[in-house]
Amino acid sequence: MSEPFYNAAPNATRVAPPLPEPRQYPAQKPGHAYLFGTCVLDLFFPEAGLDAIHLLKREGIQVHFPQEQSCCGQPAYTSGYTDEAREVARAQLALFAEDWPLVVPSGSCAGMIRHHYAELFKDEPATLRQVQALAARTFELAEFLLHVCKVEFKDRGEPQKVALHTSCSARREMNTHLHGRALLAQLERVERVEHDHESECCGFGGTFSVRMPDISGAMVADKTRALQDSGAAEVVSADCGCLLNINGALEKQHAPLRGQHLASFLWKRTGGAE
Amino acid sequence: MMSAKANILAKLRKSLEGTAPVADDYDVELVTRPWSYPAEERIPRLRQLMEAVHTETHLTSTAEWPTLLEKLLADKQLPSLLIAPATAHGAQLAAHFAGREGLPRLKAYDRPVEEWKAELFDDTPASLTGTLGAIAATGSLILWPNREEPRLMSLVPPVHFALLKASEVYDNFHEVQQKQRWDAGMPTNALLVSGPSKTADIEQVLAYGAHGPKDLVVLILEDA
Amino acid sequence: MNGQARIPAVEISSRDLKHNAHNALGDTQLRGNMRKAMDSLMAKRLASMPDEYEREHLREMGNHVRARALSKLPELLERLEANLTRNGVKVHWAETVDEANAIVLQIAEARRAKQVIKGKSMVSEEMEMNHFLEGHGIEALESDMGEYIIQLDHEKPTHIIMPAIHKNARQVGSLFRDKLGIDYTEDVDALIQTGRRVLRQKFFEADIGVSGVNFAVAETGTLLLVENEGNGRMSTGVPPVHIAVTGIEKVVENLRDVVPLLSLLTRSALGQGITTYVNMISGPRQADERDGPQEVHLVLLDNGRSQAFADGELRQTLNCIRCGACMNHCPVYTRIGGQAYGTVYPGPIGKIISPHLMGLENTPDHPSASSLCGACGEVCPVKIPIPALLRRLREENVKKPDAPNPVMRGQGSKYSPRERLLWKGWRLLNTSPWLYRAFGFLATRLRGLTPGSLGPWTQNHSAPKPAARSLHELAREHLEGK
Repeated sequence: MSEPFYNAAPNATRVAPPLPEPRQYPAQKPGHAYLFGTCVLDLFFPEAGLDAIHLLKREGIQVHFPQEQSCCGQPAYTSGYTDEAREVARAQLALFAEDWPLVVPSGSCAGMIRHHYAELFKDEPATLRQVQALAARTFELAEFLLHVCKVEFKDRGEPQKVALHTSCSARREMNTHLHGRALLAQLERVERVEHDHESECCGFGGTFSVRMPDISGAMVADKTRALQDSGAAEVVSADCGCLLNINGALEKQHAPLRGQHLASFLWKRTGGAE
Repeated sequence: MMSAKANILAKLRKSLEGTAPVADDYDVELVTRPWSYPAEERIPRLRQLMEAVHTETHLTSTAEWPTLLEKLLADKQLPSLLIAPATAHGAQLAAHFAGREGLPRLKAYDRPVEEWKAELFDDTPASLTGTLGAIAATGSLILWPNREEPRLMSLVPPVHFALLKASEVYDNFHEVQQKQRWDAGMPTNALLVSGPSKTADIEQVLAYGAHGPKDLVVLILEDA
Repeated sequence: MNGQARIPAVEISSRDLKHNAHNALGDTQLRGNMRKAMDSLMAKRLASMPDEYEREHLREMGNHVRARALSKLPELLERLEANLTRNGVKVHWAETVDEANAIVLQIAEARRAKQVIKGKSMVSEEMEMNHFLEGHGIEALESDMGEYIIQLDHEKPTHIIMPAIHKNARQVGSLFRDKLGIDYTEDVDALIQTGRRVLRQKFFEADIGVSGVNFAVAETGTLLLVENEGNGRMSTGVPPVHIAVTGIEKVVENLRDVVPLLSLLTRSALGQGITTYVNMISGPRQADERDGPQEVHLVLLDNGRSQAFADGELRQTLNCIRCGACMNHCPVYTRIGGQAYGTVYPGPIGKIISPHLMGLENTPDHPSASSLCGACGEVCPVKIPIPALLRRLREENVKKPDAPNPVMRGQGSKYSPRERLLWKGWRLLNTSPWLYRAFGFLATRLRGLTPGSLGPWTQNHSAPKPAARSLHELAREHLEGK
């Protein structure tokens, strides 16, 4: 995760960052962790956040949710309003000061903190160090459950076919699709089915869905068609942006299928109270 | 008024002020190791790759290839063959054909193209050239057209016969550049030819015989 | 081609991206053709790069080779020119497409040329060379099969490698029947043989052959071209004059640098280990040679590349080796096709290079026509960070037009005081915890009042209704017992 160009002249010719090493995870499960809810989950899928808390608590982890948290800053960042994004990011930095893991139930927000916060603060060396320390202990939820908590789920549900949709940034920045698949594979009566063009974008892309509604609409139409054709009774995703997009489209189509957050699905399947 | 060249270079130089060039960390291993083969695998691999794109290949010898070529010309009903009589292989073929009846006419590319362009395009169904070797990694022939075997010889006639010495089959392009010292000076035209011409421009359906030769026939001289 | 008056290609403006996209999205024939084609190209690429280690390390090597060349670009251009000149090639420089066209015209007029045959060249499309030459009474015919097909149909190319990929065999069959008077056939072999026959005569007659350049090697003064059809070798080998046109960024330092780039190019583009022909040209016909052009020219074109070059981050745009893998993997490109962009280069690379070539004012929506899914960046053989560059262009696009030290021509083309205010409000909301929680409270308690129509969102979705209580509330209750 080094950013060699930060120390070079601003007009230096850049080479690509080195190929990443596989992530090293803490050997021990921590006693404490922060939860960064994310703004979309906060308003539209809060029960998924609560389920994430349940899952972590069941692993013996004390979960801390600083009430002052808001948004990771991604919507402004991707829209080109970098200064505004930076100020919102800065406001989050102060809230997670302890050396505890930061668990994020959204791959795109986790990716923002882990990979893009450093770009926002590349001209502020002191803050940059703080950001790099935070990034090093930022985990997407599925990743955290699998590799840090080393969960071994017991399936208490009925046989069911499930489709997994992974957000693009989660897939490419955080390997979330692999973590999600591994967790679902632990549930013995869950059969994960593939859907057509599974790795293709659902069309959300944050403000893309409102700036380019025609193109975005074509993409979500294909994605919802593929999910419906997959034979899955349930659709899960670890990213609320995608869920908002996919569920909103399914609802407008008057289709019965709906997606739910991976955290909620896992909590229910492993016998958590409703 | 500064020239376009001066303006462009000035802009580029200004943009690089205070920067250092990126180091040359060329990794020879990466472009050679995955593309290196045991000696006995080179020719089979070469043939497999070439045949996959509709090249015809034959194993033969320095003594036998003229007889083989004669048969191929008859099989394909080719009435004439363009050769370079000043080359060793051209002379060998001419000698093989000398004084015999009923064989295809041997033509020579022995004058500038302007003097016989229409005939080259319209009435030259096949040609024979040598090669500088081949590349097993990609199934490619190496050609350096020259005075005796000019570039259009391996391009315009619809059928191209190429002689390849087994000892000149290399593993990969890097090895070729190294061993044949390409950096010491390039010819006017150097070519890698990896099959008959083709296109997939219509619905990605592969069609052979686009603008270059429709047929490429490689005669591999096992003892050369 | 047969003396009739030219019908100009339908003008699709780059300023109408959203409108063009809307039309393209409704074209089910196009969408079907494109989906099939892109799926096939993606599969071919992967099949030719099965070893992940080799693939990812070679991409890194490609990135380093290109970055090294760019880091020394002025020096390499001078070395290239010196070696080409020593070899007998005439080198010309052009800052604009007008200058480049003027150079080509000057060469043509000196030879009293009437017919130009073209191998494939995207730079010549930037120049609109055919149109320019025809305006001066010189016929310019495309010889690449795909380019020939779209030229017949008065269209612009939809893809940089396979220009007619949006057409199926039936459409080509009808086109050849209508324009060439041959019997209708969908048989691809037969269609290709027709093209071969027509174009062979043109190679024979042409006064000048024009080509692009895939890589220009400074070390030896060599122009390297790749192709499958043979039209490139024909165009650069038969006519008495060869003019190569290319962008100033296409130089590589050493001949051996070509080895990884060639492998990356052919496999990323078409899933081929190598193209049928790799054609390396280092000079015109020598005194003792019997064929080849008597004159070889190279035109080096800037046309906005120096603008991209000036900024360290944007300079990476110029790594591009024009393989087309980015557009093959792009969910947007797959659905709207190449012509909708209204630019010479479509797809992801088109969105990051066109603002430099044409100005952001002419490509205002291009940086936003992406969900930043990253499929392109994942496959780019020279590791251009395309999503990051799109984001950066968005930043340039929303600056004030008169902001100091502009990096881009057309800076601030999407500057909107209203949107700026909206994001300032968003910042306030998200940096003020009590305001954020108050907003959350209102949104949840007033969820019943969510309007049914929410502008562009509700075009494709039902109106999203907030939950009854936010996570902030649920968490506080659960964790703090409040």
